[in-house]
Amino acid sequence: MPVRTAKPEPPTEDKRWRIVETRMRRLGNRRDALIEALHSAQEAFGYLDDDALRYVGDSLGVPPSTVFGVATFYHYFHLKPQGEHTCVVCTGTACYINGATEILATLQAGLGLEPHETTADGKISLLTGRCFGSCSLAPAAIVDGQVKDRVDARDLLAQLGRL
Amino acid sequence: MNESSPAPDPRQPESQRTAPGRRVDTPVRASAYVCEAVSCLSTQSHDILIGLGERITDAGITDISVKRVGCLGLCAAGPLVRIPETGELFRHVRPDDLDGIVNTLSTVAPGADRATNEPFFASQVRIATENFGRVDPENVADYVERSGYEGLRTVITQKTPAEVREEITRSGLRGRGGAGYPTGLKWNTVAKADGSPKYVICNADEGDPGAFMDRSILESDPHRVLEGMAIAAYAVGASFGYVYCRGEYPLVVSRVRKAIRDAVRAGYIGTSIMDTEFSFEVDVRLGAGAYVCGEETALIASIEGGRGTPTPRPPYPAVAGLWDRPTLINNVETFANIAPIIRNGGDWFASIGTATSKGTKVFAIAGRVVNTGIVEVPMGTTLREIVYDIGGGIVDGRAFKAVQTGGPAGGCVPAQFLDMPVDYESLTGVGSFMGSGGMIVMDETSCMVNVARFFMDFMREESCGKCVPCRVGTTELWMMLDSIASGRAVMGDLDRMERLAAMVGRTSLCGLGQGAPNPIFSTLRYFRDEYVAHIQDRVCPVGACAIEEQAVLA
Repeated sequence: MPVRTAKPEPPTEDKRWRIVETRMRRLGNRRDALIEALHSAQEAFGYLDDDALRYVGDSLGVPPSTVFGVATFYHYFHLKPQGEHTCVVCTGTACYINGATEILATLQAGLGLEPHETTADGKISLLTGRCFGSCSLAPAAIVDGQVKDRVDARDLLAQLGRL
Repeated sequence: MNESSPAPDPRQPESQRTAPGRRVDTPVRASAYVCEAVSCLSTQSHDILIGLGERITDAGITDISVKRVGCLGLCAAGPLVRIPETGELFRHVRPDDLDGIVNTLSTVAPGADRATNEPFFASQVRIATENFGRVDPENVADYVERSGYEGLRTVITQKTPAEVREEITRSGLRGRGGAGYPTGLKWNTVAKADGSPKYVICNADEGDPGAFMDRSILESDPHRVLEGMAIAAYAVGASFGYVYCRGEYPLVVSRVRKAIRDAVRAGYIGTSIMDTEFSFEVDVRLGAGAYVCGEETALIASIEGGRGTPTPRPPYPAVAGLWDRPTLINNVETFANIAPIIRNGGDWFASIGTATSKGTKVFAIAGRVVNTGIVEVPMGTTLREIVYDIGGGIVDGRAFKAVQTGGPAGGCVPAQFLDMPVDYESLTGVGSFMGSGGMIVMDETSCMVNVARFFMDFMREESCGKCVPCRVGTTELWMMLDSIASGRAVMGDLDRMERLAAMVGRTSLCGLGQGAPNPIFSTLRYFRDEYVAHIQDRVCPVGACAIEEQAVLA
């Protein structure tokens, strides 16, 4: 591996890279800051593209294969841009017992999407999640970060249509 | 969303705090506690908190306080507001109800906190959750007012580390993450292990779907967990700790981070704590959605910044853990029990519970039960008490079928064991597992073949892929379950599946693969007729599975 002489430059002038850089610096630019740095980059940009992976890896001295391995190992990281709005249907046990399968089927049919796909106009991404701990109000879904409890499939579909 | 409610001034005693954004000097006569844990927040409890404050201000009332608190327990009925002076609980509070609550508050006589007189609360014993619904989770001063950090002060000023470990050993506390390993023994192993520095890790990677005890504890009383970690660090000789928290719990992450900042500022965490030689620093590390990271060696790999793949034990983390140093890993609930044990003594804790399982256990009850929420009961409480007396029975008055405990590596306990006392051994004895404390109640609408397939689907997705029995075995088992559920299987498949399941359980590297077949075993043990019906009669008795019409019988 080549000896790093200079600090890697962020891929673009975008100010959000400063947030990622600061997070890494505060953790000493050590290799174990990788997951924290990926969290930070995804929070800032919504997903992790190749530039982000390369920049984080270079900054922490982690080879690209490892960065890619980590980014794809964890469900939380997205390597593709998400739609303008996201709808995460919980498929945890309590939600499953209370009909999450039907909710997902209704949304899939209504939006014409498989889970983890985005509508052609880039408007809505349909995702699934394994339990956000909202089991007491199952079935649950998260629309743009807001937890919806005791979801009715048709209501939710209508709500997504209005977005 | 909590940022908009101004935090009460920590320098002021609680008795002089009042509605958000307003303070008066008169003593508080009555108060309204508004639940701001995730469940109630998703039913707009924050609007209720703000609304109540505004109405009280508008009415010119100066002696009623409104306070944000953690989980009030009965999540099914949120948003919840409680008047501690009377014990009265308002459920499903809507903006229209606020005037009524203000009227009630105006007639309340001052008094101490009274228990809410309802079956859901009456049979509970609160130790780990004693501050739930009482303390403001974002206010360190409020925690300190309720004997907070007293346990830490006691141990670092009056006890030796060995005495602390002795107290924990005497309490009989066992790990609340699921396996039930004696906490005192684990602390002793870490304390005696060579190597420095040593680390303390709080496992807050609550991955079992259907479990939300740890989420509730950290959302409702984060300082309690930090105090437990600090006491543990003193007892084992560690000076650095991590809270490894699920990325799916943003409110937990923000509350824990705030709690750490506040505790550092107040001198309970950091260097030379309370002017002693003891120093302890804590940081948060975020999980990123991998169930296997709840396994301790995988969790360590994740904190080190890598893929969360487990490694064979021994060496155990207690000897060679994070950065190959001795590392104590305990679950959130285990840490939440530490301060009360220090305060009341190990013998007190050991007097609660059963012969082998001491103290209480926090359960998250969900599924087809009326009172979903967080409960804490003494070990040895029967399932019937939990499901019926506390849980209020089955939704729509349907028949109870099974309660699923222990997460995807656990099992389904059928109705014949409803009167069984719940502790580590009895659950294992009936083919299930204590697990972290998620209880999913199932009624007659759940098909057990379908349930087993659901859990295997979860496991095959979450298998990290490192060892073959788990990576290949969980997928094969899922395919077998799918063929049974779809009416494509023959009777011989049942034996083949059982043999494969036993092999996966015996030969997998970590707890994920070892536990993955458990749902198959327990459903086969108690609901074999449902499997047979799917195979021989090609019907799903419950009508939950889609049986293929043109199935070709091999």
